[in-house]
Amino acid sequence: MTRSNEQTETLAFSMRGISKTFGSVCANEMIDFDVRQGEIHALLGENGSGKSTLMNILSGIYRADCGTIEVFGKQRVFHFPGDAIRCGIGMVYQHFKLADSLTATENIMAGLSEAQVRRAIKSGNDVNEHDVISSLTDRDDSSIRRRRDRNNRMSDLIRGYSERFHIDFDPDKPASQLSVSEKQSVEIIKVLIRGARILVLDEPTAVLTPQETKRLFGVLRKMRDDGCSIVFISHKLGEIMELCDRVTVLRKGRSVDTLVVSEVDTYDLVEKMVGFKIDLQIERPEPDPERLECLRVEGLSYRDEKGVTKLSDLSFSTCYGEILGVAGLAGGGQKELCEVIAGIIRPTSGDILVDGEIITGLSPRKISAKGVSMCFVPEDRLGMGLVASMGMVENILLKEYSFQKGIFVHSEKAREKSSQIIEELDIVTPSVTHPVRLLSGGNIQKVILGREIHLKPKLMIAAYAVRGLDIQSSHTIYRLLNEQKEKKVSVLYIGEDLDVLLALCDRVMVLCQGVNMGIVDTKNTNKIEVGQMMSGTKLEVLKRGVDYVSNN
Amino acid sequence: MFRITKRDKSSISDSLIFRSFGFAVGIILSMLLILLLGYNPIASIAALFDGAFGSLGGLRNTIKFAIPLATTALGLSIAFRMKFWNIGGEGQLLMGGTAAMFVSLIAGPNIPGWILIPSMLIAGIIGGAFWALIPGIFRIQLRTNETLFTLMMNYVALYLVKYLYHDLWRDRDPAKFNFPGIKMIQQQAVLPNVFGISVGIIVPLILAFLVYILIKRTKPGYEIRVVGESEPTANYAGMNVKRIMLGGVLLSGGIIGLAGAVKLAGETMTLTDNLTGGAGFTAIVIAWLANLSAPFILVVSFLVAGLEQGAQTMQLRLGVPAAVADIVKGLILMSFLGSEFFLRYRLVMTSVIGKNKRLHSQMKNHCDDPNVSDVSATRSAESDLTDDCAVRDEKAEVR
Repeated sequence: MTRSNEQTETLAFSMRGISKTFGSVCANEMIDFDVRQGEIHALLGENGSGKSTLMNILSGIYRADCGTIEVFGKQRVFHFPGDAIRCGIGMVYQHFKLADSLTATENIMAGLSEAQVRRAIKSGNDVNEHDVISSLTDRDDSSIRRRRDRNNRMSDLIRGYSERFHIDFDPDKPASQLSVSEKQSVEIIKVLIRGARILVLDEPTAVLTPQETKRLFGVLRKMRDDGCSIVFISHKLGEIMELCDRVTVLRKGRSVDTLVVSEVDTYDLVEKMVGFKIDLQIERPEPDPERLECLRVEGLSYRDEKGVTKLSDLSFSTCYGEILGVAGLAGGGQKELCEVIAGIIRPTSGDILVDGEIITGLSPRKISAKGVSMCFVPEDRLGMGLVASMGMVENILLKEYSFQKGIFVHSEKAREKSSQIIEELDIVTPSVTHPVRLLSGGNIQKVILGREIHLKPKLMIAAYAVRGLDIQSSHTIYRLLNEQKEKKVSVLYIGEDLDVLLALCDRVMVLCQGVNMGIVDTKNTNKIEVGQMMSGTKLEVLKRGVDYVSNN
Repeated sequence: MFRITKRDKSSISDSLIFRSFGFAVGIILSMLLILLLGYNPIASIAALFDGAFGSLGGLRNTIKFAIPLATTALGLSIAFRMKFWNIGGEGQLLMGGTAAMFVSLIAGPNIPGWILIPSMLIAGIIGGAFWALIPGIFRIQLRTNETLFTLMMNYVALYLVKYLYHDLWRDRDPAKFNFPGIKMIQQQAVLPNVFGISVGIIVPLILAFLVYILIKRTKPGYEIRVVGESEPTANYAGMNVKRIMLGGVLLSGGIIGLAGAVKLAGETMTLTDNLTGGAGFTAIVIAWLANLSAPFILVVSFLVAGLEQGAQTMQLRLGVPAAVADIVKGLILMSFLGSEFFLRYRLVMTSVIGKNKRLHSQMKNHCDDPNVSDVSATRSAESDLTDDCAVRDEKAEVR
């Protein structure tokens, strides 16, 4: 008993017997989850294993069907997110919630009550307390000068926080001008200022370069040493091994185990996560040695409606029987590149050739008929490529109906094809007319890939094909892409995970703000190099730098 | 304390039960209201049903009301499928009627009916389509808000008709003692009656079939569905979204214009500013109640028209004021629509843990997506924007 008492004292929070069902789906089933003070605790699990649900219960967005939550030794019931915030629990979401036109400071202050500001100032020790309070509580004061003054003092407070945790950003910059990692810092400060001692970060590294990730880890470690508890949601095993102290693994809504990270290896974690041993190795069959050119892009530029340059003077080519990867930060022009090649948007200048034939300016349907196939999985998974409320048959018709004769749509062939794809790719669906929106993420992605593969393309563009998929489904997709490669299809793979890009692709092109930073052979490059290119250093410059170092 | 949870799926029998329950609640509320006002509630409700469906004459009137409602709702359903929020049914009806009236006015008195009637109907289609085309083009080319635009176009049409009625097309026959009004259409232009029902009845029946086939079986219908679901996907599949949307909008307006022409030729026989009788708006409710499905639109139109007719009978028989009859109509429709909520969600009793301080049972239905239902029913007004967004974002994860 004494031991357990000791434990409760050092626990930041403890969730006991948490269950939550949505309709007939059991998202959480009797989950116990304890996090100690001053530790970084990873929450690991595949998509749909219940991580987000559990954290939403912790932050007061959902209410558990049963179970108790104790925070700092006191039992709590959260009715609203505000309750959780008051108990010192802060969520940093994957998608940032910042108002673009406001400055970082204004974003951080938005929605803060005076009491909260006062509390924030009390804990922020670097700032002159009295001044800030008097300026902040002066309610009748409406003069612009005073208000600016108030903002300035808030900025000082925020600077205090930044210095304390070595977070680096300018509090007076408008949110629209902040980089992704700076936006994340703003979000972190936002919850800290609201008095959070427990931070929940939902896949914080998904949008960061390796360098930025490193910086974030530094910040998190500093916060841990300061006594904060951090819940780090991720499915990137490497990061968990590097950063976290303990890890709790969830599988299918149940908590499988809580382990001390230093005592396990990645294979153990994967086994816990999926329930059995699997091979994490991504195969890379040798590319076709003939290296026949399939796609050639010359001086491609694209400016969007607002006049923002999304692609600038891009030139590269792909070969039959190889996978060319495209790496880059989110919004670096990958989406536009896909859309330009597929004919959905028109480039401002430049040419695209397939088999030496210019396809620039052709309609998407004609380009598709020339053997260019694109499957693009957007962030919401269903936005482009599939019609959510339609079944497989009607989704397969999307690419075929226009070639049918007459005014009526004939679905017999598509029906056959659907059954074939279901069998080949092992898709789980009650029927071929079941709305694809109701399928799981992996199955949705298989539907779109299956459709595109069945068109027997010469060039296949797979953008974010494993977005949100669990390990097994991801590996199925990699295998499918490799099969295409062996069938001498030229594959353009746009990916997010650098490890996968380097393991799967033969060559990787790095885009940064629409500029080609260089193409590297994956056999002789590494994450650091690619990471530097992602943040804007051209390959030539890198190489020159290396030469420079080696020459001196 | 209650919690609101999403239902898995509701069976047809559930749906029937909840719908009838909603209907019953509407009737009970109406009876209470009537009782409070000092009328006999049972006799009133009896009059409502009897007037609508009880007699041949009542039934005829119900069908008369249902014809423009059903036709307009069918037209609207096409636009709604594309997520083009056409609430300009009123204006398109009026313009359809105006165009038909125009044909009738310029045609001499001796043109045979078999030429005149089709020309009037075709003119009606063109009139309605034209009126939908204007907001349609602005929406497609300039991305203006079609909801406001179509709504405003209603008023333009209304005042145009008023002008025609009072001035330009005014019948200056001395026999009319200078009362404003437009001439009646030619005798041979009036749609003939069969069993006391205008042959206009075949228009919604045929249209329902055609619209059903169009949407479910044909390429343009398939395209309309894809565009409505996701424009990026339509683009990706190589569809010409602008063309499809324009076509859909024209079709929608055209059908509604036809409804106006049919009403003019079959019922009112002249153009007045009250040609529509609010059908353009009621049809929006019908289209949604029927879930945009063509066959159901016929059924729902019939029921709503029955309500309309029944309310009139109630007014006549018991001397209930017109406004009360309108409120009764509104109450029944509203309760009927409200039952939709229970089809999607169910209430779960939760044990009360801790202090039961704030019992806002105000459910915030943030997004159109029903998955977000599980925001606990109690959310304080002070919960800030961030949290609201958070909920929205997590909805995908729920599955």
